[in-house]
Amino acid sequence: MTDVVATNETVLVVGGGISGMTAALETAECGKDVILVEKEPALGGRVAQLYKYFPKLCHPTCGMEINLGRIKANPHLRVMTMTEVAAVDGKAGDYSVSLKVSPRYVNDNCTACGACAQAVTSEIEDPFNYGMSKMKAAYLPFNMAYPQRYVIDSSIIGTPEADSAKAACKYDAIDLDMKEQTITIKAGAIIWATGWRPYDAAKIQPYGYDRFANVITSLELERMMDKFGPTGGKFLRPSDGKEAKNLAFIQCAGSRDRNHLKHCSRICCMASLKQSTYIGEQFGEESDASASIYYIDIRAIDRFENFYKAVQADPKVKFVKSKVANITEDPETGDVILHGVDTEGYHRYDNRHDLCVLAIGMEPSVDASEIARGVSADMSGFIEFNNDGGAIFGAGCATNALDVNRSVQSATAAALRAVQVINRVSAAES
Amino acid sequence: MADSDTAMVERYRNSFLNEVEANVEEGDWVKMCIQCGVCSGSCPFGPHWEHPPQELFMMIRAGKREAVLSTDSMWMCTSCYNCIVRCPREIPITHIMHGLANYAHRLGIAPKMNPTRRFAKLFWDNIAQKGRVNEMRLSVGLYFMDGLASGIKKSMEMASTGWGMFRAKRMNPPTLFVHKGCKDSEGIRKMLKKAQEIEDRRKGLTV
Repeated sequence: MTDVVATNETVLVVGGGISGMTAALETAECGKDVILVEKEPALGGRVAQLYKYFPKLCHPTCGMEINLGRIKANPHLRVMTMTEVAAVDGKAGDYSVSLKVSPRYVNDNCTACGACAQAVTSEIEDPFNYGMSKMKAAYLPFNMAYPQRYVIDSSIIGTPEADSAKAACKYDAIDLDMKEQTITIKAGAIIWATGWRPYDAAKIQPYGYDRFANVITSLELERMMDKFGPTGGKFLRPSDGKEAKNLAFIQCAGSRDRNHLKHCSRICCMASLKQSTYIGEQFGEESDASASIYYIDIRAIDRFENFYKAVQADPKVKFVKSKVANITEDPETGDVILHGVDTEGYHRYDNRHDLCVLAIGMEPSVDASEIARGVSADMSGFIEFNNDGGAIFGAGCATNALDVNRSVQSATAAALRAVQVINRVSAAES
Repeated sequence: MADSDTAMVERYRNSFLNEVEANVEEGDWVKMCIQCGVCSGSCPFGPHWEHPPQELFMMIRAGKREAVLSTDSMWMCTSCYNCIVRCPREIPITHIMHGLANYAHRLGIAPKMNPTRRFAKLFWDNIAQKGRVNEMRLSVGLYFMDGLASGIKKSMEMASTGWGMFRAKRMNPPTLFVHKGCKDSEGIRKMLKKAQEIEDRRKGLTV
C-alpha cells in the first residue's frame, strides 16, 4: 500500500495541524517535495476543533477549506495520515526516518457514503469532541476531514461487526487485512510541528475537574458551540443537561504555576475573552446571561488590547482579579461554588455559577528532548532553537505556546529554513 | 538625576521590605509574590485574619511597617501548609508568617494579649525549664491565663473531658506538683542558652 518516493531533497513535515499544513504548503509551493505525516486519520489538528478563533472571530473551517484546496492542487505535497515518526537518524541534508503507519482498514475507493457506519452498532468515544459524545466504530473523523475517507476502528477488527461493515460497502473500499507497517524514508530537512495538548485538568486538584460534572475545559466549551457538536451548539451542563447562563472562567488553569506548567500558555486569556463573546451569541446581547472571568492578570498581548477593552465594556462580563483557591459543588443543584479572595480590596467570595470553564494551559504533545539527537528542549519541553547545524526545525506550538497567527508565522519561518537546506543539498549534487 | 527625581526615588524607597528581607525567616521571598490571592483563599482561618497573607505581602512592599508588625494576622497561622501547596510561585508563606510573628515579638511590637503569642510563650517557658512538657502545668497555665474566675469557669466546662482523660490515664494530676523532666535538665538548659546565643548573633542582636 505504501510506496513512498523520498530523497534527501525531500522535506518531511511532522504533524498536520495548522502549523504543519502551513509549513508543508509553503515548502511545496517553493517547488520542493514534501511529505506531510499526521498521526490522526485526518488533517486539521486542534484548530479544526475550535468553533471560532481570535481576534477576528471567524470560523476555522474557512481557512481550512483554503488550505485543503492548496494541498489538493499541489503535486509536490504528499499527505500520509495515521502515520507516526518512530525514529530519526542522520544529519542535515541526509536524514533517514522510520515511519509507523497504522491500518485504516479503508482504501481510497471510499466515497464517504457512510454505509459502513450504518452497518456497525458498536460505539466509541469521539476524540474530536474530547470524549463528550460517542460515535460509531466506523467513522469519518469530522465533517471536513481530509482525506474524506472513513476509518474502521481497530476495536471491532476480527468481530462480525467488521464483516458487516465490509459487506455494506458497495465500493470494495474496506480491506480488513491491512496491517501496521514500518517504512523508512529519506529526507533532507525535517519540520517538526507536533503541536500541543491541553494540560491534564484533573491534576489541578482544588478545581475538581475529575469530581464535579460542571467543571469543564475551555476546549470542551468550544465543542459545545458547534451546531454539529455534542450539545448541538448549546451550553448544556454535563450534570443535568440544563442550559448554563452564568459562567465562570478560571484563568491560568495549569499555567504560570510551579506545581503545574511553569510557562504562560499565552492563548488562554484571549480564549476566555473570545468565549465571553459566545454568551451574547447564545442568549442575545440584551440577555441576563453572564460570565465572570477570574484572573491573575489579563495577558491580551500586543494588538489584542482592543479586544480586551471591548469585552470590558460588555456589561454581561465581570472581571474578578483573583486566582480561585478552590471549587466546591452544591450536590442538590450541581452548581459549582468558587472560593477565594480578590486582590482589589481583599474581599472573600463564595460565588455560585452554573458552569465553570478552566482556561486550560498548553503543553507540547511531544517532549522535545525525545525527538532526536541534537534537538534541544526548554524547561517545558518545547523545542528550543539552536544552531548546532542540524536541519530539524520546530514549527508552531511544538516550539512555544502560540496562537494561530503566531503558529503560522513560525511555520513559515521553519519552511524557509528547510528550503535553504534543500537548496544547499541540490547545489552540492548538481 | 534631577533633584525632583531623587526625591521621588527616596519617597518610594522601601526600607521596610529590605528590613523584612534581612530579619524575617524566608523574608527575601516577599518580593516574589504575584498577588494572585490563592493563599488567602486557601487559608482555613482566612475569615479571621485582619490582613490575609497576600495583603501582608503588599503592605510590606508598600512600607507599612507599623501596621504589619502590630497586627495579629500572622499569629492566626496554624501551619496547615495549604497556602504553600497551592502557591504558584512556591513561596514558603507559612514560614514567612511565623518569621513575621517572631520578628514582631523580638521587637516587642507584637500584640501583647494575642492568645497565640501567649500560648507560645507559655509552652516555651514550660518546655525550656526541664526539657519535657509538663502537660498539667501547661493546661492549668492556659486555663488560668485570663485570671482566677475565668480559669475556674473554663475548668468546670471541661470537667467531664478531664475525668475521661484521667480514667484513660491521659492526665496525671500529681505532676502539677512534681515534674521530673528529662534525664539531664541542666544539659538541655545549657544547649538552649547556646542555641539562643548563636541565633542572636546570626540576627545581629548581640555584638
